[in-house]
Parts: sequence; structure tokens; C-alpha cells
Amino acid sequence: MAAEPLLHIKGLTAGFAAGPVLFGINVDIAQGELVALVGANGAGKSTLLGTLSGLVRASAGRIAFSGRDITNQRPEAIVMAGLAHVPQGRRLFDTMSVEKNLRLGAYARRDGNIDAELRNVLEYFPALKDKLNREARTLSGGEQQMVAIGRGLMARPKLLMVDELSLGLAPKIVDRLIDVVKEINTAGTALLLVEQDVLVALDVAQRAYVLENGRIVLAGAAADVKDDPNIRKAYLGL
Amino acid sequence: MTPQLDLRNVTKRFGGVAAVDGVTFSIAKGEILGVIGPNGAGKTTLLNCISGVYRLDGGDIRWHGVSIAGLARLGVGRTFQIVKPFGSMTVRENVAVGALFGSDSERPPLRAAFDRADSVLELVGLRMKADLPVSALTIPDRKRLEVARAVATRPKLLLLDEVMAGLNNVEIDDALEMVRAVHETGVTVVLIEHVMRVIVGVCERVIVLDLGRTLADGQPDVVLRDERVIQAYLGERYARRLRGG
Repeated sequence: MAAEPLLHIKGLTAGFAAGPVLFGINVDIAQGELVALVGANGAGKSTLLGTLSGLVRASAGRIAFSGRDITNQRPEAIVMAGLAHVPQGRRLFDTMSVEKNLRLGAYARRDGNIDAELRNVLEYFPALKDKLNREARTLSGGEQQMVAIGRGLMARPKLLMVDELSLGLAPKIVDRLIDVVKEINTAGTALLLVEQDVLVALDVAQRAYVLENGRIVLAGAAADVKDDPNIRKAYLGL
Repeated sequence: MTPQLDLRNVTKRFGGVAAVDGVTFSIAKGEILGVIGPNGAGKTTLLNCISGVYRLDGGDIRWHGVSIAGLARLGVGRTFQIVKPFGSMTVRENVAVGALFGSDSERPPLRAAFDRADSVLELVGLRMKADLPVSALTIPDRKRLEVARAVATRPKLLLLDEVMAGLNNVEIDDALEMVRAVHETGVTVVLIEHVMRVIVGVCERVIVLDLGRTLADGQPDVVLRDERVIQAYLGERYARRLRGG
């Protein structure tokens, strides 16, 4: 890994009023890497993404992104720094058009090149081209996930975090979305993929972290994690 | 023998679009039937037709040979894709509500409803968490609770809408144990899922819906190898995975 990772998380503890959910997390993501974050329900995966996005407060430790300390920064400042978050369950603005949903992803940008980004997103997701004026809620689940990822891309992030890409989607749609995730990564954007379908995540990722009860218990090449006997038993059910 | 549930040419339109378009199949008592198909194929609409949320635009649904308008009192219990517990109540209270408004013709006394709740919680593996507020439950346990609430209504037919979504393989295997336990009490089960581990793990039969119509109907190991099902729904990569490649 390069001397200066894109994302450097050191000793991160974070959580809610009832107490911490994450304990001393160390994670590094290099420029342009595709990393999977795996763990059971309730392990703290979404809380970790929320902490990175400034939605959940860190009580100890440090998050450095692109050479800057972003620990407990405001969410909009973190988006502007180049870290975008595609939340679990899409969280679109249901009654707004697809195009408005997408453009909102670029809301914080001041560089004016928004139309070019929109064209870029529609090249990744051509299915959205003739649906730009439709209300987001009228789209199928797969199309809504395309809008959610597209909205994240509109921020032109250096790192895109996707929470539960496959949730509630037909296998064939998951296939297609995974292909797009690879294309996005090949074009130079780093990705952090949180995925309940562990096989899908480990197949596409270069490296993986395993989170259990708020602690990283395993980190390594995705292929090695996939072959780890404990992982095969605890997550893959093999 | 008369099937427990018999759908004939069931049609439901929204505006000009037929979400369910002439679907015909029947379910025998005690079967576990899976329903799969692309997002937007009409799966949840079909469940809503069976449970009486929607009035049909065409066709008929018969319950033991009698045309029905649905409703819990007949003995059809269901879960929802998005879990909808009563947030301020305990786990036990949530399930007791299901028992109070169930398929028995008379509303049971409160004590009996709580007794029913306790036995259902035992069945679905939530007994140890009965007195917790719903907010303290993990996601897999919230899904168990959703099933428990439906089971508490004493359904003869249980409709499960994506209760395994968002669970990993091991959590799914645990949830399948719960479905088997409920099924063994004599309940017919229809479940919608995108997770093939569920379909293969528990269903005797699976129906594939595509564009509101039945694309295939048969044993999972046959249906999931059907080239048309792979084309419309599974995709090549997933089909390879299923074959163990």
C-alpha cells in the first residue's frame, strides 16, 4: 500500500448515547482500491459508514481522508472532501424526479461541471436515461439503487461507500450493479462495499475487513478472507 | 381434493398497467411455496391480492373452494417487506396484539392472548427476548418478530414477504429453522424471496413471476435451471453459482 492511504482510520471508537458501537477500529483504503466490509447484522458496519460520513460521533481515534483530518466534521464538508455515502435502503427523495435526485448529489459542488457528471452517470446506468422525469418512487428496486449510486457519483467522490448494494434486488440486477461497481472502480474511484451477500462482496473486492461486535477481527486479501475457515463457517454457511 | 388456495386468472391493474396479469396456480394444504421474479414482476401485488389488501380486477381466488375477499379472520397471516412493529411495546406485547386480532371468531381474553404470544415466541426463538422493547432487537430478531406477529393470528396460510432480505447466509439458515418450525405446526407457507438459499433450503415448489405472468412453476432444482428463468431473473453469474461453479 502507498505510504499515504486515501482513507486512514486509526483507533476509532464511536456510537450513540447508549454507548459505543465501534471499538478501536483501524482501517486503511488506498487510492483506487475496492474494499469489502463484512459482518453480521448489528456488527456496526452501517455505524462505521455513518461515522465516516459525520453522521455518528466519534468519541476517540482519528479519521484522515485525502491527507486531512475529517473526524467529526460536518457531513457536507466530508462530501466536499470527496467521500460519498450510498445509504442502506437507497433513501431517495421519493416524490422528486430521478434527475433532481441525481443533481442533489452534486449540491455541494462549486465547480460547475454538473452536466458532464450527469452524462457520465447515465453512461453507467443507461436504463435511467428515459426515466429522468419520473418520480423516484415509481422506479423498480434495481433502478432506485442505480439512482442512489448515481447520486453518490454526482459528488465526484474519491471514495464511494455503498451500504447493502444487493438488498431486496433480483440476482440478475445485482450482477449488473456489481459490473458497474467494477467499472466505477476501474475509472479510478475507490470503493468501500458493505454487503450482506458476502460471496458477492468478496468476489469483487481486492481486500476485505471483517467486523464483529464493533471490532475488526480479520483483514486481508479478499480471496484469503473468503478461504478463511471461520469466515466460511460464520458468514458463508459453507 | 380441493386445494387450500386456488388462484384462477387473477388480474390486478394500476392505471393501464396489469401488475398481475392472469395468474393461475393452486396451493395444497401444508405446502411451502416460493415466489420469485424480477423487481416489479408483481410478487408483492399478488400477495396483496391473496391477503385482501386489493380488490381483484379479474379472476378469482378460492379458499377451500369458496371465493374470498381475503382478511385475517379467514386464516391468512402475512408479514410486510418493511417490518412494522409497534415501536413502544415489548416483543411479547407486539405478538399478543396478533393473537388478539387473529383468525378465531371470538377475541380471546387478554391472558389467553399473552399465553398464545409466549408459545409463538418459543416457536420462533424469541422467548428470551420477550420483555425487551422492540427497539432493542437486532435486524434478524425484528424479522423473527414480524413472523411471530403473523403466526400469533393462528393463520392456516402464512404469507412471508422478503423476511430474509439483509441477512447473511448463517442468519438465513437460522431463519429457515424458524420457518420449518412454523410449517411443522401445519401452516401452509408462501414466501417471496430474492435469496435462492431460502428457496432451495425450504421450498418444495417455486413459482416465477415475470411481468405479472407465471413464467415457471415446479421444483426449485428444475425451475432454477430453466434457461428462461436464468434469462429473466437469475442472470448467468448467479446461475453458475447455483450450479456450484
